[in-house]
Parts: sequence; C-alpha cells; structure tokens
Amino acid sequence: MQQIVQVKGLSKQFKNLTAVNDLSFSVNEGDVYGFLGQNGAGKSTSIRMMLTLIEPTSGQIELFGMDLARNRREILRNVGAVIEKPDVYKYLSAYENLELFARLSGIKPTKKLLMDQLEMVGLAARANDRVKTFSQGMKQRLGIGIALVHNPQLIVLDEPTNGLDPQGIADIRNLILHLSRDLKKTIVVSSHLLSEIEQVATRVLIIDKGRKLVEGNAAELFDPAQTIVELQTMDNAFALEQLKASPWSTYLQAQRNSAILLKLNRTEIPALHTALAAMQIQLLSLQPRHSLEDYFLQITSGNQHVDTYTN
Amino acid sequence: MWTLTQIELYKIFRRPRTYIAFIAIAALITIIQFGLKVDGKSYADFLMKDIGGTMEIDGNIINGYLICYIMLQLLLVHVPLLVALIAADMISGEANMGTLRLLISKPFSRTELLLAKFFASTVYTLLLLVWLAILALFLSMWIFGTGDMFLMKSSYVVLLSENDVFWRYAGAFVFAALAMVTVAALGFFLSIFAENSIGPIVATMSVIVFFTILSTLNIPIFNALKPYLFTTHMISWKEFFDIQVNDANEAIVGSIQNPQKIVNSALVLIVHIFGFVGGSIWIFNKKDVLS
Repeated sequence: MQQIVQVKGLSKQFKNLTAVNDLSFSVNEGDVYGFLGQNGAGKSTSIRMMLTLIEPTSGQIELFGMDLARNRREILRNVGAVIEKPDVYKYLSAYENLELFARLSGIKPTKKLLMDQLEMVGLAARANDRVKTFSQGMKQRLGIGIALVHNPQLIVLDEPTNGLDPQGIADIRNLILHLSRDLKKTIVVSSHLLSEIEQVATRVLIIDKGRKLVEGNAAELFDPAQTIVELQTMDNAFALEQLKASPWSTYLQAQRNSAILLKLNRTEIPALHTALAAMQIQLLSLQPRHSLEDYFLQITSGNQHVDTYTN
Repeated sequence: MWTLTQIELYKIFRRPRTYIAFIAIAALITIIQFGLKVDGKSYADFLMKDIGGTMEIDGNIINGYLICYIMLQLLLVHVPLLVALIAADMISGEANMGTLRLLISKPFSRTELLLAKFFASTVYTLLLLVWLAILALFLSMWIFGTGDMFLMKSSYVVLLSENDVFWRYAGAFVFAALAMVTVAALGFFLSIFAENSIGPIVATMSVIVFFTILSTLNIPIFNALKPYLFTTHMISWKEFFDIQVNDANEAIVGSIQNPQKIVNSALVLIVHIFGFVGGSIWIFNKKDVLS
C-alpha cells in the first residue's frame, strides 16, 4: 500500500513556543487518518506545514513519495483542504466560489462538474446564493466541495466540525465516510473530539504539546474489549465496598470525580448491570467509554482528580 | 499567471467597494464642472485679479483644458486614498476573510500570487486614471469646449496654444498613472503585514501625508532627503505644462522646459515600485500564514 503522507522529525518553533516537536507519522492510501489532540496541541500547525502555509523549523514532509519543499506545485495539485474555518468569498455565490477555486486548483471546470460537486455537498439548490447568506454548516460543506472540486487524492480537513450543530456534524461525518468508502479518498482529519474521530477514522494519531503520544489502527485503539464503564451511585463508598468483595473487583480501575471506573468488555455490561442490582447498589448512571477515551481525557485534562485502586 | 491575474481582477470588480472610487471621482468632477459652468466667469475674474492690469486675454480661458488641469491638481492629492482602498487590501483583506490560507495551499507559488495581485491592483489603478481622464478631460472638453490654455504658475504665466495641449495631457496622465501605481505598490507592501484592511490603508495614507509634508517643508536638514522621497516626484506630471521659450520670450510649441526632471522623477517612482513589490515578495515568501 502506497504511503501518501510521510512526516519525519517535524518541528516548529515560534520564538519561545515549541508548537510541534519531533513529530513523525505516516498516512497510507485509503486511510481516514484521525489527528487528535486538545486545542493548542499542534494539530493545526502540523497540518499547515503539510500545506506549506508554515515553514517547518526542522524535519521533512513527503507527500505522494515526493519532498514537499521541492515539489510543492505538483503535490498541491493532488491535495484538497479545509483549514480550520471554511472561509470563502462572501460576496460571491457558492457556484462562483467553487468555479474560482477550481480554476485556482489548475482545472477548467464545466458547469456540470460544478453542479455535481454542489449536489454532492447538498448545496445545488443554493448554488446561486451569495455565501454571506449561508449558515456555518453550509459554508463548511461548500469548503469541502472546494477541497474536492479538482478531484484530489488527499483531502486534509482541519477541525471540520468546529462551530457546527449536531445535524451539521452528522452531515460532515457522513460526507467523510462517503469520500472514504465510495470515492476511495485518503483523508487526514483533525479534531479535539475523540468521539468524532472514532466514528470515521481507520488510523489515529494523538498528539499533545506538539509530541506524538499514540498512533495506531482505530480498530485496535477503539477495541470494545477495552471499554471503561463509569458508574455513579447514590453511595459510592458502599458501592465500592460491594464491588471489591465481588468477582467484579478485578475489573476495578479508578475513581474519578465521584465516579467508579471499571474496565471490561462491552458485552459484559448487561451482566454488570444485573450484578449491581443484586448487590443493591443504587445506580445513578452507567456510562460506557472506550479506554482510549479515558486515556485521552487523562492527557487532555490534567486538572482532573484521579485515584487508582490497588486491587 | 494569467489565470491568477484574471481571477484577481474578477475578485476586485465583483466587490462593491471597488466602485466607491469610480463614484467618488465622478461625483467630485461633476460638482466642479457644474460650479464652473454656472459661475465660471467669477472664477476667471478671480484667476486674473493679480495680472488683470498687465495683461489682456482675448477669448475664453475657462475651457476644458484649464478645467482638467484644475481638477488634476485637486484630485491627484486624493486619488491615492482611493488607490489604497484596493491595493492595501489585496493581502490583508484575504487574511481578514480567512481566504489567504486557502489561496496559499493552491498549486502556485507565493511569488506568482503576489505578482498577480499586484498586476490586478495596477489594472484597477490604471482604470481609475482612465476614468479620471474621461471625466476630467474629455467631458470637460465637451462641456466647456477647447482653446488656448492659460496657466498661472507661482511666479510666471504659461500660455499654451490649443494644438499644443492634448499630447501634454496624454503625458501627464501616463505620469500620474506611474505615481498612482507607486502608491498602489506602497499599499500592497504594507498589506502583507496586517490581517485587516484598515491598518494598511491608514498606514499608506499616513506615509504619503508624512512624506508630502517633508517634501514641501523648506528646511535645510530635510532638503537632502527630498530627492529620495517618492512624494517629491509624484507631482512631476505638472512639468508637461511648463514650456520652453526662445530669446524673444515666445513659447516653443511642442517643448517641455525640463524633460530631464520628468525622466528622473519617473525613474525614482519606478525604483520605488520595484522596491515595494520586491520587498513584498521577499517578506511574504518567508511569512508563516497563521491567520
């Protein structure tokens, strides 16, 4: 499988701030590569370096097997991007914006191509309306349409769901899945929300303070066997005592923010539910989460209080 | 490159802001023309009051040629603001809208992008001058007719015969275009440092006002600076209307009193244009786009 993106030892220093620190990763053809990290972790800086908006302090970026610094023009013909906000020319219509950016991407678009593109992102009916009348979700879809209009091999989406309502988020998610499954595009998508990445990514990279923390296949990282269940009860001390005395004690993980955490397979949740009832533990809530999410929360919210159990 | 320039022109002329300058020039010129049409005689009397006793003028001095000269003197001071409105917005406006990052991620170089933007703002500037020429010269010629051109300079009077005027206007407008392109280049240069349009527009006008004051101040310490300030040379279009005289103090038709001054001023302006655009390219190529 061809490596579409290969980043080696990438760093960016802004005066006293190290935004990206010795970052290396690779994206294979057909991947939906989730780039995950809290705000300010270095995701956008890394993506901007991949798009030549920011000059790296050190390191190397290869796209399609070519050095980005030396083959910029050739490489960027094959890349489409939405960078942070989907900003376009508000005084132009959706159709005019699409046409303009298609020409800037080096193609001479036909009316059919442009309308097909608008159809795909659900904006055909608003083709001739000025963008200043669009909602944030519509602008985001237009931004994706612009990123795709020249049929690039690689699509880079930086925080594509920022500022969207739940319906807008679902639309973007479905669009990403369509691009990946039906159009076989390679996609790099960044977010600070694990739940978004989880639903679309085939591979995931988590960065914090500009450094790589975890990289791997989403299927492994989001393994259902690694589910964390967060319990909130009427009396946590009593619940903890009961659980420690039961066979469930081996599943106990930690107590955080008045919640008891257990690590188990998702299929064991019904049995846990029954056991809690049998132990007369009055349950307020039972919330399953992936262990990756738990890990992500730990590294991205350093002020949370965490107690680890000694079994 | 051609495609990029076309797109930049398309963007300029799709923005309502672009037409402010054309409307402002049309409004100012028609108001002046209206005033002079209605009360031109009073203005002619005012012009002649200092020399009325020593000279007799036969014919109409308030003709299209003189009116165009008056308007150029008035308007070429203000046109830089209208030029800056677009040129100083070329990069900063894109940064402000957030479209700069999308532009830079497209398959062309930053140098190509900047040159296309500069060419587009130059076309806009030239069109503004053409518009000014149509209204100030041709419309005035149509409304007020033509004739010999009578000009009062600070210490002397210039009288140009009717058939010796038009080519001077052609030269003056070409020179004025060069001066305005210099302003565009300055606005363009300042535009790469900002992420909103107001800053570079105000900065461009501030530089022009500041340099103009230095250019006009007659203080010895500043005199050495004057030849290097572009504002000193922006008004050299007036040189087209100074004429050589023969030994009998008669005007030599088709002559310019100091053509070398025009050439020198043009060269200084061209050097400034290259300096501003070259500096923009050099700095912009190193700039991290964080907007």
